[in-house]
Amino acid sequence: MSFTPDIRLFSCHYTSQQSCADEGHELQQLNFPENIKMTRVVCTGKLEETTLLKAFEDGADGVYVVGCPADGCHNVKGSQRAAKRVEAVRSALGELGVEKERAKMFFLPRGLHPEFVGAAQEMNKLVTELGPSPF
Amino acid sequence: MIVAERKPLAEIIEMVQDCKKILVLACRGCVTVCSAGGEREAEILASLIRLGLKKAGKSAEVFDASLVRQCDKEYIDAIDQFKGQYDAIVSTACGVGVNFIANLRPKDNVFPALNTTFFGGSAEQGIWTEQCAGCGDCVLHLTGGLCPVARCAKSLMNGPCGGSVNGRCEINSEVDCVWQMIYDRMGCLQRQEEMTASAPIRDWSTSRHGGPRKQVREDLTV
Ligand code: SF4
Ligand code: SF4
Repeated sequence: MSFTPDIRLFSCHYTSQQSCADEGHELQQLNFPENIKMTRVVCTGKLEETTLLKAFEDGADGVYVVGCPADGCHNVKGSQRAAKRVEAVRSALGELGVEKERAKMFFLPRGLHPEFVGAAQEMNKLVTELGPSPF
Repeated sequence: MIVAERKPLAEIIEMVQDCKKILVLACRGCVTVCSAGGEREAEILASLIRLGLKKAGKSAEVFDASLVRQCDKEYIDAIDQFKGQYDAIVSTACGVGVNFIANLRPKDNVFPALNTTFFGGSAEQGIWTEQCAGCGDCVLHLTGGLCPVARCAKSLMNGPCGGSVNGRCEINSEVDCVWQMIYDRMGCLQRQEEMTASAPIRDWSTSRHGGPRKQVREDLTV
């Protein structure tokens, strides 16, 4: 049975600038999976653990965060903080007997880079293989 | 402050598996400061309980709220505002808070979300260390301000023991031997002479050994 996962992406303004280019059409042309819903935040350091958990409560099969490189965050430690929160969610998923891989942190360069689409495709493949969320 | 940490989720979810309406109740005192049971942690826990129950094929209304503290009667009375909205309280306070709810609300089911670990302080961000054991007969004036009851693995009153090696305790080479620290500090304060006096056999009745303790301040009771 084919399965198209519901994936939520939380990305900072700086790493998701592509989403704005050409009114978002550019991402589509680059094969950014359509089943990934993106929420842009001013800085990933602003993300709360509850925001990521709420995404799972709302039916996400996978949740990932894209922030600036750990040593080059626009807000100095924002993406490092985000990574800690993603790790806390992964650990809680593990405690609940759910695959930790359903939550993931990516550190990517700011601006227009193919890695942004690459991360989306990687996450899409991973969560498709894992199957529907048990929640 | 009182330091605590969240219990394993499986343990918490087992406590509430048959509940239908769950109030996750935060405390804005010590456990907020040590990031174990404040408003943020209660909100996270409420979400995790919902997810855990859903995964187990159960459903319950889970909501979170907070009290100023859970170790004072007047704040516990504020639980009245949630009347009818819960059939169990999961308290993210320390054990004192859970006991207070149990003492004061005979009809309420209350469960602990935390393991209360010790009295301590924040050594650096995200790291807490035990400093006092509430023994009821403080000896810090004799030890340069460093507690041998809480910080020596054997609570020795005359240390260090033979297991002290290179300033570390024999229980674990990562743990400082507090008696070495006391010795060094007393030297630093030019009080090493005091270290030659032997502490007498201690009366532990002021500590846990004397049963539950109670303190009455006549000047404050009305
Ligand atoms: S001697 Fe007793 S009261 Fe004083 S710090 Fe140690 S445990 Fe606490
Ligand atoms: S090595 Fe030091 S801290 Fe450890 S038990 Fe002996 S005296 Fe206490």
